[in-house]
Amino acid sequence: MLFGRNGRKDELVVRGARVVDPGEGIDSRLDVRVDRGVVAALGTDLDTNRHRVVDGEGLVLAPAFVDPHVHLRTPGREDEEDIASGTRAGAAGGYCALLAMPNTDPVVDSASVLGALADRARSEAEIPVGFLGAITKGEEGGELTEMVTLAEAGAAGFTDDGRPVEAAGLLRRALQYSSAAGRPLALHCEEPTLSRGGCVHEGAASAELGFGGYPSVAESAMVARDLALARYEERPVHLLHLSARESVEALRAAHADAVAATAEVTPHHLCLTDEAVRSLDPNVKMNPPLRSANDRRALVEALHDGTIAAVATDHAPHARHEKEVPFEAAPFGVIGLETAFSALYTRLVEPGVLSLATLLERMSAGPARVYGLEPPRIAPGAEANLVLLDLNAPWRVDESSFRSKSANSWLLGRTLRGKVLMTVAAGRVAYEG
Amino acid sequence: MADIRPLVRDELLPPKPAVRRHLISIADLTRADVERLLGLARTFARSLERDVKKLPTLRGRTVVNLFCEPSTRTSSSFELAAKRLSADVMSIKASGSAVEKGESLKDTAITLGCYDPDVVVIRHPEIGAPRLVARYTGAHVVNAGDGKHQHPTQALLDLYTVDDELGGIENLHVAIVGDVLHSRVARSNIQAFVLMGARVTLVGPPTLIPRGIEAMGCDVAHSLDAIRAADVVYVLRMQRERMLAGENYVPTLREYTARWGVTTERVRPGQKIMHPGPMNRGVELDGAVAEAADALIERQVRSGLAVRMAVLYDLLTHGPVGVQVADAQEVA
Repeated sequence: MLFGRNGRKDELVVRGARVVDPGEGIDSRLDVRVDRGVVAALGTDLDTNRHRVVDGEGLVLAPAFVDPHVHLRTPGREDEEDIASGTRAGAAGGYCALLAMPNTDPVVDSASVLGALADRARSEAEIPVGFLGAITKGEEGGELTEMVTLAEAGAAGFTDDGRPVEAAGLLRRALQYSSAAGRPLALHCEEPTLSRGGCVHEGAASAELGFGGYPSVAESAMVARDLALARYEERPVHLLHLSARESVEALRAAHADAVAATAEVTPHHLCLTDEAVRSLDPNVKMNPPLRSANDRRALVEALHDGTIAAVATDHAPHARHEKEVPFEAAPFGVIGLETAFSALYTRLVEPGVLSLATLLERMSAGPARVYGLEPPRIAPGAEANLVLLDLNAPWRVDESSFRSKSANSWLLGRTLRGKVLMTVAAGRVAYEG
Repeated sequence: MADIRPLVRDELLPPKPAVRRHLISIADLTRADVERLLGLARTFARSLERDVKKLPTLRGRTVVNLFCEPSTRTSSSFELAAKRLSADVMSIKASGSAVEKGESLKDTAITLGCYDPDVVVIRHPEIGAPRLVARYTGAHVVNAGDGKHQHPTQALLDLYTVDDELGGIENLHVAIVGDVLHSRVARSNIQAFVLMGARVTLVGPPTLIPRGIEAMGCDVAHSLDAIRAADVVYVLRMQRERMLAGENYVPTLREYTARWGVTTERVRPGQKIMHPGPMNRGVELDGAVAEAADALIERQVRSGLAVRMAVLYDLLTHGPVGVQVADAQEVA
């Protein structure tokens, strides 16, 4: 389900770092030795076996991150991102695995498109990458894709991300049929007749600035419908990029009813509110839009208590000329792979709103479980998927700092703390800063 | 879990931008800015009463009018204002320009910037266009209307007109009637009148009053009865060209006019009637009201000239405080 380069497996010892693996219940100062890409030992004063020694003094070593939602723009818009650049960006952000959305050109709606992507990933991916297939052909909401064939070709799941499945009857069929494919559906919840003409969250800022409002009920009404169908069909669903308090409440109620629903939230929805759109900066325009302070608070609480299991960047590269237009004309979406940890560490962990362990869990094991991937862990015998972090290092986000081909970040010019120094993905050192 | 009340803090908002003199939104002005501009406008209004109306003040300065949306009164008003101050004026319309060939606004701004204009006046259908132009030219930028966002010189000329007619703005009651949802004039005027101490009530069908607009410091009413107590009734145009097809904001114009049309029977003598133009006579405003003695509609147009002269002059004379707004580059 994940595709990457085979071959090199690295050997190293990280000496004296604070090892934090919430899943393994570890938070202590240890040495970690990796033999041939596999975690071989944790302990104090470990024999280096003549491996390369990385000084972890004062640093944190954690399971590397998994991003369940990125746009690699391949095929079709390789000028904005491709598999090589997107996975390099992921490695620089501390990720050991990415899951790419199928709303490309052409859409990933057949085994041949998916097979070609898998081949490219095998030759150029810096870290392993998985691909979701579309639920409907061309993401047009008309006919189901060949989900069983796509799953056999390695599809990690199915989604029409970027769009909702508008027709309830069709989504019901997709839920039924996806059980034959054995892969989950990931749903973009947006009632289009409510979001029509909407550009930013409907609230005081949109009223004052004159933007068409995209109300939170456009999301939560669709979340309620999709959860009702998931419950009726007893099928798992994953809710993409939740933004509204009412959506979180609906999800919590569904969990209480034993519905197998998971959800993700983006760093920008966790860090910003719709007040940010007053800057008219096209890099704070995304779908779903930034919402109110109450919505943001509900998202942080849901991430804290596990109602929302995963942080997803929704990394959405756009060509510079497409964002250098008036706010209203700009496309939705921002990049996030290279800033996700630092942004959330600076804005949530440092102020004491979220614990480091919770953030690490929601960026790694949480998203891995959504798609049934092996959660990265730091334990003997586990494949080495590690991230080495300097929590104290300040760094400034500049256009030149990105490995991504695009620079449409909401953090340009900001100084963040918490820096990724090294990423080991699938046993291979994929990034060193 | 730690207390998450301190979540929304200043540091979460974009950093405060560097100051540069543009006029993009009334929100960027202080009351002192407005008073200074109105004072300047009074001076220029007197100069316009002379036989020779031209002043040498901005001789050698260049003003570019870039109009990417249809306009009669605003474009002619800005053009004449610049000419009355002896500036060199270039007026560029979207139709017949490179904009029609698909040139981006950024490239248009850079191209025009090569002539080193002192001021670029821009009207554009999209919110944020003036800020983009400010980012790519060294000129002072004046927003002559960007989508549904702002039309600051309209609000200033409306303040001027009311002040001139009623001898002050503080504590007046202004009712703004009609299609607020699609109106940049309404947004600028709410801010402007509230800034100057007036009470503002918005009146119109619930579908055309944006949710959350009370946060701007105004009241909202859905019945036209709410205009009875107002000193000024400011009537907005039904902006049919900005309405999404099939959205059903009002079932029919007939019902709109029956409920919210401003007619002779619905206004009382002494109530001042304003409209930013162009009017849909017989839709939002009865022609008889528009032409009655209490209507200030022509005065508004006349004030526009003096106010726009004041804005151009103020931007180009670098006073200690100015019409200040963010440089978009710093915001990004």
